[in-house]
Formats: sequence, structure tokens, C-alpha cells
Amino acid sequence: MSAPRYAIGIDLGTTHCALAYVDLEASDGEATSHGVLELPQLTAPGNVDASTLLPSFLYLPHADELAPGELDLPWAAAQDGVVGEMARARGATTPIRLVSSAKSWLCHPGADRRGAILPSDAPPEVQRVSPLEASTRYLTHLRQAWDHAHPEAPFAQQDITVTIPASFDPAARELTLEAARAAGYQDLTLLEEPQAALYNWIQNSGGQWRRDVQPGDVILVVDVGGGTSDFSLIAVLEHDGNLELHRIAVGDHILLGGDNMDLTLAHVVARKLAEAGTTLDPWQMRALGYACRAAKERLLGDADLTAEPIVVPSRGSKLIGGAIRTELTADEVRTTIVEGFFPHVPASARPATRVRGGLTQLGLPYAQDAGVTRHLASLLGRQRDATAELSGFVRPNAPDATFLHPSAVLFNGGVFKSALLADRTFDTLNAWLAAEGGAPARVLTGADLDLAVARGAAYYGYVRRGRGVRIRGGTARAYYIAIESAMPAIPGMEPPIQALCVAPFGMEEGAEAELQSEVFGLVVGEPIQLRFFGSSVRRQDQLGTLLDFWQPDELQELGEIRATLPAEGRSEGDVVQVRLRAIATDTGTLELTAVAVDGQGRWKVEFDVRNNG
Amino acid sequence: MNNPTSGQQAAPPSLLKRIPLAFSAFFSILGNAAVAARVDRLERDEAPVPAAPVAPATPAAPVTPPPAPLREATPDAALQLLALFQRDARLIDFTQEDLTGHPDAAIGAAARIVHEGCRKVLREHFTIAPVRSEAEGSRIVLESGFDAGAVRLTGNVVGSAPFRGSLSHRGWRAAEVRLPKLTSGHDVTVLAQAEVEL
Repeated sequence: MSAPRYAIGIDLGTTHCALAYVDLEASDGEATSHGVLELPQLTAPGNVDASTLLPSFLYLPHADELAPGELDLPWAAAQDGVVGEMARARGATTPIRLVSSAKSWLCHPGADRRGAILPSDAPPEVQRVSPLEASTRYLTHLRQAWDHAHPEAPFAQQDITVTIPASFDPAARELTLEAARAAGYQDLTLLEEPQAALYNWIQNSGGQWRRDVQPGDVILVVDVGGGTSDFSLIAVLEHDGNLELHRIAVGDHILLGGDNMDLTLAHVVARKLAEAGTTLDPWQMRALGYACRAAKERLLGDADLTAEPIVVPSRGSKLIGGAIRTELTADEVRTTIVEGFFPHVPASARPATRVRGGLTQLGLPYAQDAGVTRHLASLLGRQRDATAELSGFVRPNAPDATFLHPSAVLFNGGVFKSALLADRTFDTLNAWLAAEGGAPARVLTGADLDLAVARGAAYYGYVRRGRGVRIRGGTARAYYIAIESAMPAIPGMEPPIQALCVAPFGMEEGAEAELQSEVFGLVVGEPIQLRFFGSSVRRQDQLGTLLDFWQPDELQELGEIRATLPAEGRSEGDVVQVRLRAIATDTGTLELTAVAVDGQGRWKVEFDVRNNG
Repeated sequence: MNNPTSGQQAAPPSLLKRIPLAFSAFFSILGNAAVAARVDRLERDEAPVPAAPVAPATPAAPVTPPPAPLREATPDAALQLLALFQRDARLIDFTQEDLTGHPDAAIGAAARIVHEGCRKVLREHFTIAPVRSEAEGSRIVLESGFDAGAVRLTGNVVGSAPFRGSLSHRGWRAAEVRLPKLTSGHDVTVLAQAEVEL
């Protein structure tokens, strides 16, 4: 393969995808030649328009729904589905054929992610697709758009970085990789989205970043996108006179984003209309959602406005008289969005885990607590000691601190286009710091909220070639498998389990950890299934550490893992002694393999195992 | 789509008509740059090119160049724009309605939809910039050779350039047009599909 000409960064978002690139030949040092690709997509039947964002929606049309040729794209593409703007618009009126939030399904261990399960509420005659397949379609569209625009530099020969939430577990990472491979991606790396946002900030600063941060800084990246909230903590260290960035912690996966906020606001207005005797159909609800979003942005942007009119058009051709008029008041926005999603809470606040009616939807585990600031408090509290073991870190957390004190904040995601929401989050954080006598944090500005992740990913492809600072960090969790205790079984009780660490925290790319202490007997032809856990706080556990006891919030159970020995060269029923080996791959995934003790072979351990599988 | 040239192709001119045509074409191409550009365009765009007029060596009687035919705007882009204004701004719905009998409040409510939608269409598909950057009301000077297509003189239009006057309207220019591309079979005459809910 010839050397890549471009480093391409792909933001595979819950609600939007984007593609950015850095021209490797035309870039030198901190002066990069970069851009964002305009993505041609169907906006209506027969209409192809280009936009920098590709809505992550897949619409599966009925065979008679569209005239022949109405789904043509500038390149030859499958005709059995539409992605992008038209999919989103069509799906609003025919939701049973719309696949949305495929990415959230991809990291949902309760769902069969390779199974054709989407749209989840489709009638039987609709040909469903798997979350993996939907992601593959979006990624394929991006590849084809690139190849169409750059026939001289085929996509397959470029350096590709695809971003994922920092909170993605090993199974979701591997599924993303699988989707990308299925979409024809060859040379590819995964990068965490908050890191990509920070890379974009570094890129935009043009070298100035070295003066904007000092050794001892802890940068909190708060990324609230359309569908998910993702937090990361990155520490600044100095080594041999050079600044180093270490990603020290990531937050949990929180399905809570800007779309939830707009939907909540639309429901507030719909309730007001219902009280006045007007009910809206789903089509009008969607129009109301758009109107509310626009009105919300004006109200949040201008403190002098007290109310903004909202008009929902009639669906028929009678516009005058058929339109429904109401208004959204500044008070409603304040109580619903600002107080509802960004409440002023103390640092000790934690997200409620009771089931909420408003946000839940069949299937996806939406966040039960809408308070972004509470989720943030929870992360900082849990990571209080994240810098304690970091060698060379010059600003230890105060000994009596109840949470990790960040010194700088980088906001990312479309939600923070509203300065009011960014300010609210920032003020809340500074109130927490002030309460413990900490210095106020500062805001790092200069990242592009919608496209920072794609741009930062492309920039990462560039710096990975040794041309700039890289964020280190390794795996953000330690991983464990469950071992049954050698204790007498008590009737009616699950046998107690112990957790055995198979991959310690912070394994850097290329690192391997082979568990010597434990040997498993694998029966040829019979799969062995193990419970699998991750911890984002147990930094001290070494490979082979056996835990008898842990706090409920220390370890999260992930999907089960499975090792199967094919019968090749062995007879069914034989027992082979294997050890487990964990590898942090260069691609950004964690790979578990079962290695035969006698050296006669190795087998991949699968994540994402279905109980029915 | 309707091909405006198809009718002419159906009935090709006879040889007798073609000879004077070839002569007049030869001289108009030679003497008129605009005609030459049009022929050049014709040669490049349309695959079946009529045989290039062969220059005869014999001198011909001087002919007055025929008037330049008027350019016909293709309806496609206009229909496409109408469809966009309908989709995002409900402009056709709005203008097809009779305003009598509706209170101003109802008209105003509908106007918000139309206004917001039209803005969106203009913002997404055009880059619109003023022709003159000066503030309206300010005095400006138009040097000779100014673009009369972009600036209109009004009032006491006498004398010669430079012209001095006050800018009453800045003018608008579409600096960029980004209309969606259309698939080959798309029927642009359908401005809004009828909707049937099942």
C-alpha cells in the first residue's frame, strides 16, 4: 500500500456523522492543511444536497413508496435504504421504518447487536437491520462520499481514525471496528471522542496551547452531544521539559443529550396546548420540536427576551387558520432546560436511579436522571484519587477534597452552543471548587462544537505520525472475570463470586498481559462462558489480583465473554489447558485470547455473547 | 426532461436553406464574439454537433448579423426552488390561500412560518451579499465603465461618468448558489407530493 496522503477523522455520532481530513503532504508541524468534507446525501426523493453533517438515521422504504431512481446518489449505492437528512425527515412521518440511535444500541449489552432488531417497533414485514449493519451503512456512505470527492486518493489507502465514546466497553469498541471493516475501512484506529475534542483544541491553538495549560492542570472535557453525554479527565504533566497529556479517567456511558432536551421542551409546550384543548398528532409534534429548538436557542441567547412565539403549521394545504400558535416563555426554558438538565447541585449530589417516565423509550437504557451536573459530580467524586498514583504529577488533589478538582474545562457538543448552558455547568463546577477552597477552573476556548470531534480525529491521525503532542492514557478501565468461590453452596443463593483481574488499568497500546496464575481447562467443542466486569476506579489492581469483595459502584458488569475451541486437530471432548492473555491493540480495542499452555495454538475470546447464542 | 432542441432536430433544414445559413453563420462567428462563444458552447455541450460551417473561398454578399436569440431560462431550477420554498416555508400553500376572512393574527402566525422557512432556504442554498457595501443614504461615485447590470441609475440621469449620487438601495447579489442536485428521473413539476396517511 502506498503511503497515505490524508489523515481522515470520522465522527460516528449518535445523531450526526462528520468527516474531516488533514492533508499530510501539505502540513508541517503545527501548521496543518485541513478541511471538512461536504457529504452529498438525499434530502428529499430525487434531491441530493451536500452538508458537512450526515444525520445518523437509516430509513427502510416500502417497495412501492418511492418512484424508481429517486434514491440515486452520485455513486452507485444500495437502493434498499436511505441514510442522512431524507431518512430523518421521512422517518418522522413513518417512524416504523426509521432506524435511529444505532450507536446507542451498539453499546447496549442487553441487546443482540448483531441481530436484526431495528427499528425496534417495526411490524414484521419490515426487513429489520442490526445495530452493526446500520453503523456499517453510515460508515459506507462516508467512504463513498470521500471516494467520490477524491478519486485521486482512494479512501482505502488513507489513514482513518473513527471516534467512539470514551465510555464504550470492549465489546462496543470491537463492534465499531467490525462495522468499519464491513464498510471497507482498512487502515483504521479508534479514538475516544473527548480526546478528539481536546486534539481539536490543540490544533486550533496553533501551538498556543502550551501556554494555556501548565503542568499540574487537570482538564475536564464535557461533551454533551445530540444523544449522549461523555466526560473525560486529562492531566497535564511535564517530562524532560515537554508537556505531556494523560487521560486519567472517563465517565460512564450516559444516554442523555440535546435531543432529550428539545423533546422535553416540546412536551412542555404540547401539555400547555392540551390544557387549552388542542392536541397534536405526531407530525405536528415533530414540527413543534423544531419550532421549540429554534425558540429555545433565541431565548437562551438573549436574556432580555421573555417569550418567543411558536407556530405549528397545519399538515394540510390550509396554512392560514390551520396553524397552531402558542409561545415558549423564558421561564419555561429556564425551568425545563437549565434547572432540569443543568441544576445547581452540591458536589455531593449523585444521579437518582429511580425509573423516570419522561425520558425512557422502549429498549434503550436512557439515563434515569436528566441532571448532567449530577452525573458530573458523580464522576468527579468517584475519581477523587485519580491523580494520586500518577507519577510526576505536580498538583496533588487537596487531602480533604471530596472530589477531583479540575483546573480547566473544555466544552464540546452542540448543546454548548448555548453559552448559558456552558456557563451554568462552569459556575456549578466553580461553586463546588469554592466550597472546598479550591481555585476556580478556567474555560479552554477555541474548539468547534459541532465538528471538533471529526477534526480532532483527523489531527490525531496526523500527530500519530510523530508530528505533535499525543494524549496518553491506555485503557480507562481494569477488567475482571468472575471466578466461582470455593465455598459450599447455600441453597437459594447464587454462589459467591470472586473477580480476577485479567487486564489492569491503563494498558497502553501494544501492551500485553498474560495471566500466569490461573489456568483454565477448555473442553474442545464446548464453549466456556465467563462473566466479565470493568472498573474505572481500581487503578491499583495488578494482573491476577483476586477480589473477594468490592463496592457495588466499583465494578460494572459488562456482557459475558466466551471462548470456543474449534475441533481442528483435536478430538471433541479433549481438555486443553489455556491461559488468558489481554492485548491492548494499536487499533484501540482490547483483545482477549486463550493461549494453550503447551504452546499449541491460541483462540480469540469473544465479547458480546448472547445468552441464546 | 423536455429537450428544447428536439423539435428542431425532427425537421432538419433542407440543403437550399443550409447554404445561406452556413454563410451567415460563418460571418457572424467571425464578426461577433458573443455568437462565437455560443457556437463554442454548442460544440462542447451537445454531442451531435451539426457539421461546422465550411468556409467557402468565394466572397459572399454582406449580410446583417441576425439578432442574438434570447436566452431561455430552464424551468428546472425554478421549479426546484419553488419546491424548496414549499417544503421549508409552505410558500405555495400560503400564496394559494385567500386572505379575506382571516384575522390578521392568523395571517401573522402563518407569516412566521413562511418567513422563517424562506430565510432557511435562502441561507442554505444561496450566499447573498449586497452589491454595494456602502451604507444606504451615503454619497457614492460611479466611475466610467461601472457595471450597469449591477447598478441602476435613477432620477436625473444626464451628463457623463463619473456619476455622483446617493445610494438608495444596496442591491443584492447571489454570490453563490447551492441547489440540490437532482436524480435523472426526478419529476420537478411535482412541487409538493400529495400525502396519504395509512
